[in-house]
Amino acid sequence: METTQITETINMVAEEHLDIRTVTMGISLLDTVAGTPAATAKNIYDKITTYAKDLVAVAQQIEREFGIPITNKRISVTPIALIAGKATPDEMLLYAHALDDAAKTVGVDFIGGYSALVQKGFANGDLALIKSLPRALTETDLVMSSVNIGSSKAGINLDAVKLMGETIKAITDKSDTANAKLVVFANAVEDNPFMAGAFHGVTEADVVINVGVSGPGVVKRALEKVKGEPIHIVAETVKKTAFKITRVGQMVGALAAERLGVEFGIVDLSLAPTPARGDSVAEVLEEIGLEMVGTHGTTAALMLLNDAVKKGGVMASQRVGGLSGAFIPVSEDAGMIDAVEAGILSLAKLEAMTAVCSVGLDMIAVPGNTSATTIAAMIADEAAIGVQNNKTTAVRVLPTNGTKVGDMVDYGGLLGTAPVMPVVPKSSADFINRGGHIPAPIHSFKN
Amino acid sequence: MAKAVVTVVGKDKPGIIASVAQTLAAHDVNILDVSQTIMSDIFTMSMLVNLANLDETFNGLQDDLNALGQQLHVEIHTQREEIFDAMRRV
Repeated sequence: METTQITETINMVAEEHLDIRTVTMGISLLDTVAGTPAATAKNIYDKITTYAKDLVAVAQQIEREFGIPITNKRISVTPIALIAGKATPDEMLLYAHALDDAAKTVGVDFIGGYSALVQKGFANGDLALIKSLPRALTETDLVMSSVNIGSSKAGINLDAVKLMGETIKAITDKSDTANAKLVVFANAVEDNPFMAGAFHGVTEADVVINVGVSGPGVVKRALEKVKGEPIHIVAETVKKTAFKITRVGQMVGALAAERLGVEFGIVDLSLAPTPARGDSVAEVLEEIGLEMVGTHGTTAALMLLNDAVKKGGVMASQRVGGLSGAFIPVSEDAGMIDAVEAGILSLAKLEAMTAVCSVGLDMIAVPGNTSATTIAAMIADEAAIGVQNNKTTAVRVLPTNGTKVGDMVDYGGLLGTAPVMPVVPKSSADFINRGGHIPAPIHSFKN
Repeated sequence: MAKAVVTVVGKDKPGIIASVAQTLAAHDVNILDVSQTIMSDIFTMSMLVNLANLDETFNGLQDDLNALGQQLHVEIHTQREEIFDAMRRV
C-alpha cells in the first residue's frame, strides 16, 4: 500500500472535514398500530428502543476502528400520519412524545418521520398531524417533521400549501427556532437519511440502515489542484472525488448493517455543508471560478457539481438513493452566509439554484412579519419547480418574530446561523386563498 | 486476516519506532510492513500490522497507542486497513 494513499485518506478526515454525516436506521411502524393511540404509542416506543438499542454503540465502534467520524446517528420511521388512524390533534402528541422518548433512550441525535403525505388530499391522520405540529415541534426536542404537498404524478395540493404557510407561522408564534425541524416537500423520497426530511417509506423493508456521506471540503481541495483547467476536467475531478467519498459510505453502511443484523439500504452521497469554514458548498462553487456564490454562472456551476457528484457516487455504491447531490442550506454554509450578507446571493437566485441542486430552499431566515400566504407562495414556487422537472424540492423557510432584514438568527449546532433575507413585498394572498389543486403536469411535449 | 494501518506523524526524536514496536508487541500484534521518511524534521511512518484477535484487542491497542502518542508528542492513528482500500477498489 502506498504511503501517499494513506496520507490522502487521513488528510481527508483531519483537514478536509470528510465525515459520514449520518447513519440512519429506518424502522417501519406499520406493525405497531393498536386499538388506542396510547397503546400504539407504547408499541412505537418499544419497537424503536428494541431495534435501535445498539445503533449508537455500533456506530461509535466503527468510528474508532476506521478513524472516520460519524457525525450523527439518527432514526427514521414510517410517516406517523399513516399510523395515526382516527387520532385527534391532541392524541397525535402521544406519538410525538413516544418518538422523542425513544430517541432519547437509545441516544440518537434526531428522529424523523413525524410526517404526512398529502400531495393528492388529506386523510384524518394527515390533518391531525399537521394541526399538532406547533405543539409537537415545541414540546419535543429530537422529533423532525416533513409534509409532502406535491408530486409529478399528483400535482400540487394548494390547500395543503396554504395550510403549511399558516402552520409555519403558528410554530413561529411559539418558538424562534422550531421551524428548522419542519420541511415541506414535493416529490419526497422514501429512503432519505438526512434531516429534517427523513422518513421510512411504506415500500421499504422492516428495518434498514441508510447512510449519508458528506465532504464539500474534500471536493474543494481536489478542485484547487485543477485551477484554470477546462470545465470538463472540473466535472471529472468532482466525479472521482465523489467516488472515493461514497466508497467510504458504502463500507461503513455495509458494516453497520451487518453488525446490527439488519438490511443495508442506500448510500446518500450528498455534499452537505456544516457551518465550519472549509466545509462549504459555496466555497466549492467559488473554486470553480465564481468570485462569490450568487453571481451570474452560479446555477451552471451548481448544475455541473450536482450532476458530477451523482455520477461519481452511483458507481461507488451497491445502491444509491436518498437525495444525492449538493445541498444549499444558507444557515449551515459559511460561504452562503457571506454571500447573503454581502447582498450578492438573493432569494430569487437561490430559487433558480434549487432547479439544479439536490433539494430546495433550505434554512432561509425571513422577516418575522412575512405573511402566511407569502410563505405558502414560496412553497408553491418550489413545488412547481420540483413537480414540473421530476425532482425533489423542499422548503425550510424560517420566519422569526421581531426580526428584520439583516438580523442574524442562531439555530444552534449543525443548523448554524442565518441572516434574515428580504422577501418581495407584494401579496400572493389571492392566489393561495383560491385553494384547490394544481393538476399534474403533462410529461410529453417537453420544452 | 484483519489488518490495521498505524500512522505516526510528529517531530523526530530517538526511540519513536522502538516504543511503537514495543507497544505493538505487548498486544501480540505482528508488523507486516513499515514505511518511514523524515521531511524537514517531521517524522512520518506508516505500518501495516496484523490483528489476529481484532475484537478483543483493537480498542485496548488503540488506547495504548494514543497514550504513547501523547507521551512522545506525536500523532498516532490506528485504523483498520479496509478504509484505505475502500476508496480505490470497486
